Amino acid sequence: MTNTEIRDFIANAIEENEVMLFMKGTPHQPACGFSARTSACLNALGVKYAALDILPDPRIRQELSELSGWPTIPQLFVDGELIGGADIVAEMYESGELAGKLGVEQAEDAAQPEPAPVQRQQAPIGLENRLD
Amino acid sequence: MPTAEELKERIQAALPGSAVEVEDLTGGGDHFRAEVVSDQFSGLSRIEQHKLVYGVFGSEVGGPIHALSIKTSTPGGSS
Repeated sequence: MTNTEIRDFIANAIEENEVMLFMKGTPHQPACGFSARTSACLNALGVKYAALDILPDPRIRQELSELSGWPTIPQLFVDGELIGGADIVAEMYESGELAGKLGVEQAEDAAQPEPAPVQRQQAPIGLENRLD
Repeated sequence: MPTAEELKERIQAALPGSAVEVEDLTGGGDHFRAEVVSDQFSGLSRIEQHKLVYGVFGSEVGGPIHALSIKTSTPGGSS
């Protein structure tokens, strides 16, 4: 894949998925605590989202950050717009703002959800679409 | 290797008049948390506020600075 192809792939992913998360690892096997926290917030709200593991190729992160102007991972996009990284998503989750943005009801207890255990893994580039 | 004090000074230099607290989360000089209070944040979205702070360090974030956790607010309130 050329850098341009990677950039196009990322731009398409952001455009085509209403809720798009770029992370280290996958929602089931996050490879970083920040990514684990962010996907756990989405899981707790029960929203469908697409996730892309940026680890398999360093150029994914490079192209993503150039595109978004945001230096760190994770990055959450809703309706094509960058919402934030781990801190902002956690803050918005706790305030209920994230549920509002995603158009879902939030359970009363907005304590930080338990993230999945962090694991190191190598996966091929690909989108994981959560449909459950 | 950057220190918490160095990060604090650089944020304050870039955002004059801001109140900055920086903590080295691991003691290893690569995972930091910064709390920044600045009136320059007023009227900006959270994303834009954080980008201002990240912008101080450019490509160092994700490089020598592995992680920079940010909390921003304005002197008057918490937006």
